Amino acid sequence: MFAYYLQLGLRSLRRNPALTALMVIAIGFGVAASMTTYAVFRAVSGDPIPDKSAQLFKPQIDNWGHQHGRTSDEPPNAMDYTDAMALMRAHKAEKQTVSFPIGPSLIPADSSAMPINVVGFATYADFFSMFEVPFKYGGAWPASDDAQHASTVVINAKLNQRLFGGSNSVGKSINLEGHDYRIAGVTDNWNPQPRFYDVVNGGGFSTPPQIYIPFSRAIDLQMQTFGNNSCNGPGGRGDSFADYLRSDCVWLSYWAQLPTAAAVASYRSYLQAYAADQQRAGRFHWAPNIRLRNVMQWLDYQKVVPPETQVSLLLSLGFLVVCLVNTIGLLLAKFMRRAPEIGIRRALGASRREIYAQFLAEAAMVGVAGGLLGLLLTALGVLGVGLVFESQIARLARVDPALIGLTLLVAIVATVIAALYPTWRASRVQPAWQLKSN
Amino acid sequence: MSMQIRPILASLRKHRIPAILIVLEIALACAVLCNAVFMIGQRVSDIRLPNAIDQAGLSSIEVQGTDPKQAGDDIPRNLAALRAIAGVKAVTAMNALPLTNYTWNGGLSTHPDKDMLNKRIVGMQEYLYTAGGGKALGLKVLQGRFFNADESAGSKLDSFMPAGHVVLITQSLARKFWPHGSAVGKMLYLGDKFSYTVVGVVADVLRPNRSGQGEQSFYYSAFFPLQPNDSALSTYVVRSAPADRDRVLREGIKALSTLAPNAVVKGRTFSDIRDKYFADMRSMAWMLVLVCAVMLAVTAFGIVGLTSFWVGQRRRQIGIRRAVGATRGQILGYFRTENFLLSTAGVLIGMLLAFGINLYLMQHYEMSRMPWYYLPTGAVTLWLLGQLAVLGPALRAASVSPVEATRSA
Repeated sequence: MFAYYLQLGLRSLRRNPALTALMVIAIGFGVAASMTTYAVFRAVSGDPIPDKSAQLFKPQIDNWGHQHGRTSDEPPNAMDYTDAMALMRAHKAEKQTVSFPIGPSLIPADSSAMPINVVGFATYADFFSMFEVPFKYGGAWPASDDAQHASTVVINAKLNQRLFGGSNSVGKSINLEGHDYRIAGVTDNWNPQPRFYDVVNGGGFSTPPQIYIPFSRAIDLQMQTFGNNSCNGPGGRGDSFADYLRSDCVWLSYWAQLPTAAAVASYRSYLQAYAADQQRAGRFHWAPNIRLRNVMQWLDYQKVVPPETQVSLLLSLGFLVVCLVNTIGLLLAKFMRRAPEIGIRRALGASRREIYAQFLAEAAMVGVAGGLLGLLLTALGVLGVGLVFESQIARLARVDPALIGLTLLVAIVATVIAALYPTWRASRVQPAWQLKSN
Repeated sequence: MSMQIRPILASLRKHRIPAILIVLEIALACAVLCNAVFMIGQRVSDIRLPNAIDQAGLSSIEVQGTDPKQAGDDIPRNLAALRAIAGVKAVTAMNALPLTNYTWNGGLSTHPDKDMLNKRIVGMQEYLYTAGGGKALGLKVLQGRFFNADESAGSKLDSFMPAGHVVLITQSLARKFWPHGSAVGKMLYLGDKFSYTVVGVVADVLRPNRSGQGEQSFYYSAFFPLQPNDSALSTYVVRSAPADRDRVLREGIKALSTLAPNAVVKGRTFSDIRDKYFADMRSMAWMLVLVCAVMLAVTAFGIVGLTSFWVGQRRRQIGIRRAVGATRGQILGYFRTENFLLSTAGVLIGMLLAFGINLYLMQHYEMSRMPWYYLPTGAVTLWLLGQLAVLGPALRAASVSPVEATRSA
């Protein structure tokens, strides 16, 4: 019976192609607009490391207080060197790392070639296992390299391609700002988005890091952070690098891996105790003020999803509603025009329920057609967003099976919802009245 | 026309649902349109924000990866090399340029305060430039003067604040510190260690990016002189006639790469910097325009569809009216008036809805308040759209022949 209804529906839709086209276009555009913005929204608000986001924590310690005109109750969003090193030495978490962005110039072995700027991080060996960095060749440097301030480096596959033609380069050397570094590993493609481990620099969406070197080595070489540095108060950075390390300037990103709730609780009390110690020692003139946020809480706190994206998502939903109301009107017009036909079917014995099923099937066909058109337009929209928009965000939006399924589902569900009232009206047609007036 | 309103209302009461649908559609379209156009307007005014430097004639060349200890030799040498290029009017070395997203924020206050507990510290962008930088940038002095040679030569960085005692501030910043009266000659402080005399006020220059609250804070910029020996001055700014700009930039990059073969040298025109900064905003504005256009089209077609249905249903009644003496114009007028009434109801609800949406966005997404005139503008647009959409079906209704009255439906 259902197949027969579909056949009837198709016949009826063909009868006035203009009206049918209008409905399909309305649904197609409405669905495409909301799905395109949703694709962008999904790209920026997703969980970058789903299996571990609840285990990775970002400790914050308030080393500024309300001094120097500062009014915020939130601790700074990065850490100063003193606190980061104290936490690192205490080694209270299962794994932990401190990092900061670096941007040294890489001097090619071939002296006639131009040096290139590379970006990456100075960090600890735990970084790679904590953030599940995949390796193509070799692996993370051993923890002993951190202790020995070794000149060792991990590079990414793309840089490896450029420098060594993609061959296994483990054991070879590269020169960064005049110092040789031995390659310990080559990472495979890895660029979780949003870039949760370094949200503060680059707003959470940036190009993948190309190199990683031991933190201790970078400090020895007095490398400056390539990212943000914030100082509070007139002391600033001080005059020398040693002054800088002693200053209250925050520029370091600290992460701890805490696999269980008990570990989180004990780490929290450790931070509290640490800040209290600092207060007793006279370094902090305020009560301990600490935070311990996991990945998703941190991203939320840092407002990684730009409000722009959310507003345009809302706007597109509004647009979808306009299209739906429009579809309700058009379906109503279409179905009511066929009141005589309905009258005849009812007189011949069709029940209300059967009329209902017939027209709902017809509406669903409009929904499928609208969904297909919407899919095409969404693909175009996502492509357009990727081409037109400058930012990293736009490049993340993509069409995948989930988006395709959702687009079709939204289109069909929306159309069927839009069809409920017109269909109900159609099923209420009084057969006697229709037959009489004919 | 007024004669027709009562029969129209009577007929609308009978076709309540289609009427409500048209009203709802117009209301929603009006609400979304007002807010979308408001957002477009905000983007466009952002893209057009004035910036009182020589935007058409400036290029910037970035030099990275040189030895910071050599800066005292490198910078004067690089500046001389750039100055030697034909067509170059002026050069300077700076720490940052507007709209590059490379910020150098500081906070100054009108009173010295050892512990900086002063709540009146104003955050601002600190631009540092070498002698002649004001002219090179094309800053417009509104009051006071540029730095003199002694002031430029005597200033070096002391833990990231210039140790010189003079500053140029933008007009917006001057107004923020001293809402009444002139800023020239007044003092600004950072803690009790640094103090600066305002020697001049310049027309508003944008910061490297939007930070802080409010539209005006985008213009909180201050300029300090610096002697050419600090590695912070890694941006070389070259000013030329707009026609020479691209060639000057090419030659400049070549000159500096030759002087520092191990450094990474990159150059861009200021126009490119500005375009890149606003590129996303421009795309967003176009996307909103597209959404609005499609939405208006969908709404118009919806009105066409519903009114056509309506006309089709009432062919017989129209025929009777024509038979008893109504002219074509009167039939046309009937449908247009009907649409006018529906549109009016729609835009009234729509304006309320638009206002509500704006309030919601303000509360949750840091949007600003929509100026009132967006509402009537949106309303008039939908009125016109409604009239335009109804024209086709109404003309078809007007062409119904009186003979229809004699036919059975």
